Amino acid sequence: MTTAELSTLINATVVTPGNAADGTVTCGYACDLLSWVLAHGRPGMAWTTVQTHMNVVAVAVLMEMSCVILSENNRLEEDALAKARQEGLCVLVTDKTAYEVCGILMRAGIMPPSP
Amino acid sequence: MREYSMVDHYPVSARDFATAGDASASIKRKLKQLGVDSAILRRIAVASYEVELNLMIHSVGGTLTMMMSPDEILLVSSDAGPGIPDIEKALQEGFSTADEEARNLGFGAGMGLPNMRRNADEFSIQSALGRGTEIRMRFRLQ
Repeated sequence: MTTAELSTLINATVVTPGNAADGTVTCGYACDLLSWVLAHGRPGMAWTTVQTHMNVVAVAVLMEMSCVILSENNRLEEDALAKARQEGLCVLVTDKTAYEVCGILMRAGIMPPSP
Repeated sequence: MREYSMVDHYPVSARDFATAGDASASIKRKLKQLGVDSAILRRIAVASYEVELNLMIHSVGGTLTMMMSPDEILLVSSDAGPGIPDIEKALQEGFSTADEEARNLGFGAGMGLPNMRRNADEFSIQSALGRGTEIRMRFRLQ
């Protein structure tokens, strides 16, 4: 699945498309504690969170994720958005809860990261 | 004494949440350009980010140093205080002394030191109250 397809699936707004418009989503994860995300992060991961600050971008870029999904209409802070654009990170915003996003992605075959 | 062909210093300021992660990003970029294996690079990225954030959240400020030789990468974090009162406790998963501000940003899960230890091939920590903390992490390249 590409990030563009994922975006359609969860009815998201593409805040910034990232460098790879057709970035491949390899797995999914939902968490707001950054150390947990770091411990489980994988290249190509689609990460759902309600955190909106600069370090969301830092963690996603460090882990080479395919996209960050902000649930429940949360918006990235301005400096974080600028950083996401600069780093070419895809950021999506959806009105759905993290729980719903996970349900939709799992049904579409996007699984949690392998241990 | 091992010869390091590259020694880079990255100063990390206390409480500077806006630039947190910059040093780790620079380290990762540099090592990627040098062709370090992606699985090793990922472990280094996790460990360097965690230690950088620890410097930022818990210390009065310090330095992250990255040294590279043909067969290993050594990351050293050193700060000037305040030091860790109980290292065994600090190494336990879930234990954190991060304050409200840090926790609100999603830090303080008590996974920092465990994540470092898990990802490094060798991990050591020394701390003295009032003097500071030094963490050394070794990553084998071969």
